[in-house]
Formats: sequence, structure tokens, C-alpha cells
Amino acid sequence: MLLAGLGVLVYGFFQTQILRSDTYVLQSDANRLRPIPIPAPRGTIFDRNGRIVAENIPGYALSILPAPRDTIRSTLERLAPILGLTEARIEQLMQRQRALPGQPLLVASDLTFEQVSALEERHFMFPGVYIDQRPKRHYPAGEAIAHVIGYVAEISEAELARPEFQDYSMGQLIGKTGLERQYERRLAGRPGVRYVEVDALGRIVGEYMPRTKVPAVPGEDLRLYLDLDLQEWIAKIFPEGMRGAVVAIEPKTGHVLAMYSSPGFDPNALVGGADPAYWRELNSDEGRPLLHRAAAGLYPPGSTFKLATAAIALELKLLDPNAVMPIPCRGGMQYGNRYFRCWESRGHGYLTLAEAIAHSCNVYFYQVGIQIGLERFLREASRLGFGRKTGVDLPSELEVAGSFPDEPGWWRRRFGYNATPTEVLSLAIGQGPNDQTPLKMAHFAAALASDGRLPPPRIAVDSTPPDPEEGINLNISKENLAHIREGMRRVVSPGGTAYLSSLEHWELLGKTGTSQNSHGKDHAWFIGIAGPKGGAPEIALSAIVEFGESGSRTAAPLVAKAADYYLRRKYGMPVDSVQTLREHLMVGRPAPWAVWQ
Amino acid sequence: MIGRLRNLFGDPVLAVLVVGLSLFGVAMVYSAGQLDVPDPGVAGAWKMQLLWLGVSVTSLLVMVHIQTRWLEWVAVPAYIAGIALLAATLVIGTGLGTARGTKSWIDLGPVMFQPAQFANLATILMLARVLGRWREPPRSVWGLWAPVAIVALPMALVMLQPDLGTAMVFGALLVAALYWAGTPIGLMFMLLSPVIGLFLSFHSLLFSIYIVALIVFLRFYRAYLGESVAVIGANLAAGAIALPLWNSLEPYQRARLLVFLDPGMDPRGAGWHLIQSRVAIGSGGLFGKGFTLGTQKRLAFLPEQHTDFIFSVIGEEFGFIGTVAVLVVFGLILWRLTRIAERQGDPFAGIVVFGIFGVWFAHVMVNVGMTIGLMPITGIPLPFLSYGGSFLLASFLALGMVQRIAAEQGKY
Repeated sequence: MLLAGLGVLVYGFFQTQILRSDTYVLQSDANRLRPIPIPAPRGTIFDRNGRIVAENIPGYALSILPAPRDTIRSTLERLAPILGLTEARIEQLMQRQRALPGQPLLVASDLTFEQVSALEERHFMFPGVYIDQRPKRHYPAGEAIAHVIGYVAEISEAELARPEFQDYSMGQLIGKTGLERQYERRLAGRPGVRYVEVDALGRIVGEYMPRTKVPAVPGEDLRLYLDLDLQEWIAKIFPEGMRGAVVAIEPKTGHVLAMYSSPGFDPNALVGGADPAYWRELNSDEGRPLLHRAAAGLYPPGSTFKLATAAIALELKLLDPNAVMPIPCRGGMQYGNRYFRCWESRGHGYLTLAEAIAHSCNVYFYQVGIQIGLERFLREASRLGFGRKTGVDLPSELEVAGSFPDEPGWWRRRFGYNATPTEVLSLAIGQGPNDQTPLKMAHFAAALASDGRLPPPRIAVDSTPPDPEEGINLNISKENLAHIREGMRRVVSPGGTAYLSSLEHWELLGKTGTSQNSHGKDHAWFIGIAGPKGGAPEIALSAIVEFGESGSRTAAPLVAKAADYYLRRKYGMPVDSVQTLREHLMVGRPAPWAVWQ
Repeated sequence: MIGRLRNLFGDPVLAVLVVGLSLFGVAMVYSAGQLDVPDPGVAGAWKMQLLWLGVSVTSLLVMVHIQTRWLEWVAVPAYIAGIALLAATLVIGTGLGTARGTKSWIDLGPVMFQPAQFANLATILMLARVLGRWREPPRSVWGLWAPVAIVALPMALVMLQPDLGTAMVFGALLVAALYWAGTPIGLMFMLLSPVIGLFLSFHSLLFSIYIVALIVFLRFYRAYLGESVAVIGANLAAGAIALPLWNSLEPYQRARLLVFLDPGMDPRGAGWHLIQSRVAIGSGGLFGKGFTLGTQKRLAFLPEQHTDFIFSVIGEEFGFIGTVAVLVVFGLILWRLTRIAERQGDPFAGIVVFGIFGVWFAHVMVNVGMTIGLMPITGIPLPFLSYGGSFLLASFLALGMVQRIAAEQGKY
């Protein structure tokens, strides 16, 4: 009896400790070891000159290991006074914990050193809480580069649900917008895993060394075509408190040299989760600082579009640049049952193409539009890409399809009436149902500065070059292009609309524009190209200033000053803040290049 | 020399085994307090255990001087006192450890003690006194009324606490004492058959086969008619009340029994003890993780590691070698008890020793069995190893009786 009883026990232990020991060893490891992701350092982003655009600085993040909900809630409540967690934030975190109960819960990724030491002192008060040093994203240029670079923050549930991010886990950082998002795969690297030993209450007892940890794979660095100095210069000269955008593109290559949008935001304040008050402020500001105006702001292009009208007519060989239009400008012209006005009520008389561009004569371009005809105009403009995105390497552009009617049926679909042939008159001078982004217009200007052909714009150096077929092809002869450029030259020449923005050392060509705005003052446009005198253009720009009224007063100086800055630095000349003719006159400095008629 | 020792001390081998095992127990209680996140209640427990061991050894030395005759005289008052104490426990008792929700303990300020541990000693003495006067074994079940009543009363009081495990120990000591008093096996079977009927009633086919077998058995055993009717009636009654009885169990008791059948049912709740204990023992492997180094214990996965689950700590830290060694020591202790009981001319003394054997054997089987899921989880401690002063003291008092009985062997 005694032997039988003890025999049963011994057999039971033999089974448990010898035969099934491996299973139980595994279970005991699973019991006490918790995998903790090691964040991978993101790749550094450099500008074209090697300046740092985005880097990693040391930061401290606090997470809570998986545990029963009540435990996590009480831990959060005890953490609240130290971390300044609001009741709403705790609820938000609990919701996140409910969504993924098996994952560590990232509570804060931006601890101050004081918070870290306060928590370390009371380590045992906070079961399951661990603090790890992880790289924190920092953008030295801050607001100036905000829209282009974007920012990183914790991946959202919506993002996690998307198939392309299925290998991500809760709490991981991800590029939210801008280049950080566009090049997420390259920049992110791959997080590693380490194991910590926890007790039955989930308190971390120590690092578990024997199990090999999987090191994080750092992300790749990214080099930009962007010139951070130029970007900062534009941010500095952009009229204080005004909204708008400036884009600079290198001709021939399509490389984006600068891309500025105002008002901006501080991307560093959004890294790893924004302060709710700041986030609310950004979202409720009527200036919409989060909107990337350069790539996603849509504006009627106004008179700058006359260059496109000219390019279309020249391409179709409908226009003799040296000839004048049959109807002279008398301040307007009758077409059908309507009288179409020129902005100059005194009229421009008979003009050649270059003169018409220089004076921005509406009557001339009305007639060009009539010659092209509505259907053909729509088709050709769409072919030049005015109805689609530029294909820039930014995610924010995806949200915007360039707004341009693709065919006459568009009016019926959109407005419920058939297009009249007179629509082409409005479109020909850049009014009507035509909205373009500053990026699009800069890209178009850059095509005019090249041979009429340009690949899609690129901000970052990517291993896969863009398909040139997706760029712009104006399909225009050198000779005809020269006529358009001659017109643009006269805009910045004595008597032209933007002469006061002319530069001492460089040849600036451009076109002003005013986009009619039903909400208030008109928006001011300027697109321009610049380069050494007598040489090929080396920079193409567009600028829009919302409610800026006059392209020549607000937008043109921005383009001129940005071009001057870029070219002076490119040719090793000292940078001067007195650049345009207007500035020379204002400070009373001689302007030897100025010609007075 | 040996003879002198024997006169003074009874069985020196038994004494050495028990004291040695108890010292090992103090070491294990110390190890049980070595946690990564210290628990002040457990960390210092080994000192208390050592103190209690001193008290226990002292009382052993006192007990050895108390003549067996005196034990027989004190049986009745001790039994009455035991019953009174158990009744009082139902009123003023508190819970502790695994059995937090029960009323098994009496709080005496600095110490807590469990009256049932002493009541079963008194019950053994009372049983031995009654059974020792049998001139010949009873011929029918009816002849067993007196011993059954003696055990049923304290057992019922312990059930009311409720403490199923300790109540089972009373059952074990009844069976042991009856067996040693020479009760025919057939009668024992008839007596215990309703318990078998209770468990089998959960399966109707098995129950039917069992009842038929029971009738066949009674026919061949030539049981009295009245006796047979009573036994079958009791079995059928057991089958009938099984379900109501099940429903009357406290939810935690039901959970423990169900978890015994399937620990994965509620891994974080009722199954936790068993799963973590099995993982601790299983991960110990052949040689164990080393003294104080068990991770299941260190990281507090193992519950009640210094009391009811002390054997799991042994299994985790000393492996299969350790568990077998400890079981061998228990086997030797129990074997010495049977040896002493066998050599007794005095029926009272023999029944006392074998009753104590029954109690210890039940404790070892149930406690060690539950750590690997061979037994349902009941909060009964492991003799000499589990932390707990009153149980250690009660065990050493029992050992004192055994040693005195062994010492008196030579004299008569």
C-alpha cells in the first residue's frame, strides 16, 4: 500500500520532470520572458550640400508590458502626476491597449530627464513599466522644412490595418507625412527584439541575456536634391503672416531645390505624438498650417497660364509669334453675346506674342484660345499634365488630382450645363475651372527653362529614376520657346509688370499672375526662370501669396530674391539682402543695370 | 548504547529522519522567501519555522516522557476538547493561504493555529481507545457504528469550515485505524462503498455496473439481509444526492475539482496553481535549477510556495533527484511507523501509531499529488516541510507519541 502510493507519486514526477521536462522548460521561459522591440534608428536625411535635414537624438520612451487591464489602468493612474497624463489621454491609451492586449503599450516617447529619474527612483511602484532610450527624430531646420520632410509618430490603428504596414507593430514610429512617409521603407530600418524577465505581476526584474537578442537594423540614409539653405532663405523672406508657397526646381533634371509652404508648423513638436493642445491649435487654425500648399494647395493659375496657352498654340502651329492678332486690344473684345475685358481698360493695341506676354494682354490670348477651340484646348492642356499630379515623391500630392477639365462633357458632369465655346476664352487667360498647385506651375516653368521637356520633379535621390514619359513634354521648337522666353524677359524688363524685381547679376524671366478670389483679395502669382546673363536658366520657380493682390508686388520679389540667393551661392558670390531693383531703390543704392524709359 | 537510546528515545532512525527532513524544510522555506521582488511576509518565514522547529523538538522530548497509559486516559477529555475547539473555530475562525475564504484557523495574536491538526490527534487517541477494546472483530457493518461516529463528528465540523482536504485526512485515519484493529476487508468495503457510489454516479452506465457488482459481492460475502439492504440503499442514496451535493459546493471548490480534470479551463484563475506548479516541477528536469534559483518561484509565478506548494520548489530547484530523495525519506519514515506498529502487543498503541501513519500518508499523497495534478488542489500542508508552526508542532506531538510507544516496547 505504502510502496504503491509512493510509486505512483514517483512515476508522476518521472513523467513531469524527465519525460515532459522540455515542454515545461519552454513554458517557464514563456512565463517569464517578454519580448521587447528595439526601435531601429531611422536613416539620416541630408540636403544636396550634406546639411542635416533630419537626424536622431537620444530620447526616452516609457512603455507598459502586457498585463490585465485593471493593472494597466492603475499603473497609468499612478504615472499620471509624473507624466502629466490627462483623463482623456488615459482613456485613449486604454483603448489602444484593448485593441492590442498582447503588445507593450507605449505611453510616452518624449520623457524629460527629470521624469526618467523620478520614475527610476520609484521603480517598484510601477509594475511592468519600462523606460528605454530610443532615438528621437529631430529636424534642425524646424518649421522651414516642415511640410516637405513631414514628421514621425506612432503608427495609428488605421495604418496598422493597411496591408503595406502589416509587419509593423503597435507603438512603432512611422513617417506620417512628407518625405518621412514617402521613403518610410528606406528610412525606417527593421526593429530588433530583446527579452526581459518579468515576475508574475509583470514587474520587470532584469534583462535576459542568454537568449540571443535580435539587433535592430538601422534605416538607410537619404540624400535630397533639396537645398536646405535656399529653403531657409525662402522661409526668411516670405512675407510675415502671409499664406502661400514657393517652389524651386532645377531645369533639365526636375530636381526640387526648395519647396516652402506658409504658414508652417514645428515638426519637432509632432514627433512621437503631439501635445493635444498644439495639435488642436494646428487643426483649428483657419490658415490651415498642416496643409502643404506647395504640393496640395490648389489655386487658379491666372495670367501665368497664358504661357501654357501660348505653348499649346505654338505646338499646334496655330500661332505665328511675330504676327499680330487680327483684333487689336481696345480694352476688351466682343465674342458671341458677351464682351470680354482686358485688365487694361485703355487697351494694348496690336501685339506680337512676346509683347502680349509682357503686357499680359487678355484680348490677345482670347483670340489664341478661340483659334485653338475648347475641345482641343482641353485635350492639349491635359496632355501637358495640367489635369494630373506632377508625380513628385511626396505622399501629400496623391490626395490632389490637378483640377482641369479633360473634355467638354466635364461641365455637364460638374455643373449640369453644357460647355459653351466661350469657356475657352476664360481658360486661355488662366481663369475658369482650372486649379493648379505651385509645384505644378514651377514644374511648368522649369519645362520652359529646359527644352520643353522635363522628367517628374524629384526631392530625394532615389535608386529608381522617374520615368521621363511621366514628366512634361511641351513638344515645342527651340525657336518658338525663345519667343515665349522673350515675352517672359520683357515682363522683367523696363515697362514690364515685374521690372522692379529684376536682378543685378542674373537674367530673370517670368510671368505675373493674379488669381481671382471670391473670398477676398486676389492671390498673387509669379513663375520665373533665372540664370547667368546670356546663359541657360539654372533655376525655375513659382510663388503664390494668398490675398497678395498683385503678382508683381508680392510674388515676383520672392522668386527674384530666391533665385538671386541660389545663384550667388552657386557661383560663390557673397549673399546680399538687397537684391531686387526695388530694394536697391528703397535703400538708395545705385542700380547700374537699370534702364529708364 | 542502542538499547539505552531506544529506552530514552524510541526509534532513533525515525527521529533522525524526521528532524533531518524538518531542517531541510527550514532550508526550503528560506529558499521560498528568495524572490526577485521581495515579499516581506515570506522572506523571514524561515526564521519563524526554525523557532517552531525548536518548540516542536522540545515538545517531542516532553512527549517521550508521557506514558502510553496516560495517553489512553487523556483520550476522552482530549477528544471532547478537540470537538469543542472545532466548534469554536466555526465561530471565531479565519482563513489563511490557499483557503483564504474558509474558517480553519484560530488567530491567537502572534500565532495562528489550525485546531483540526490537533483534533485529529485526539480523534486517533479516542479511536484507539475504543477499537483497542475489541475482543473480536465485528461481524456486520452495524458493529462499526462507534468508530464511525467518533470520526464523523470532527470530520463534519471540519467540512463545515469548509476544509475538504483535512476532512479527507479524517477519513484516512478512520480507514487506517479500522484496518489495524482487524476489521474484515469486506466490512471496510461495505462501509466505504457509498463514497465510491458518489463518484461513479456522474456516469450512469458505470454506476449501474457498480451496483450490480455490489449485489454480487454482498451475495458471495453472505452479508446479513438488513446489512445488504442498508449498503445498497446507502449507495443508491449517494448516487441520488451526488448532484445536489455538487451544487451545494462553494464555487471555488467546484472550480478546483473541475480544474483537477482540466487545468487549462481557467489558466489565470483556478487552474493557475496547478499549471504554475507543474511548470515549476517540470522545468526542474533531472537535476533542478539549484537551491534558491527556481525561476518560477523567484518570479512569484508559484503561489503559496512556502506552504502548500513547498514541494514544487523542491521539484524546481532539485529536480527529479530531489523529489525522489524526499519521497524516499517519507517512505522510510512511514515504513518505520508500520514497523513500530507491527511490533506492538498493545492494541491501543498499535492503532495510535498506525492512525498517525494514515494521517501522514494521506498528507503526503494529497499534497505531493496535487503539485503535479494527480490529486485535486486542497489546502493541506506537507508534513515537516511546509511552513506552518501549528502543523509542525502537531506532527512532532504525534512523533512524540510514536517514540514513546516505541520506547516502551522493550519494557513490556
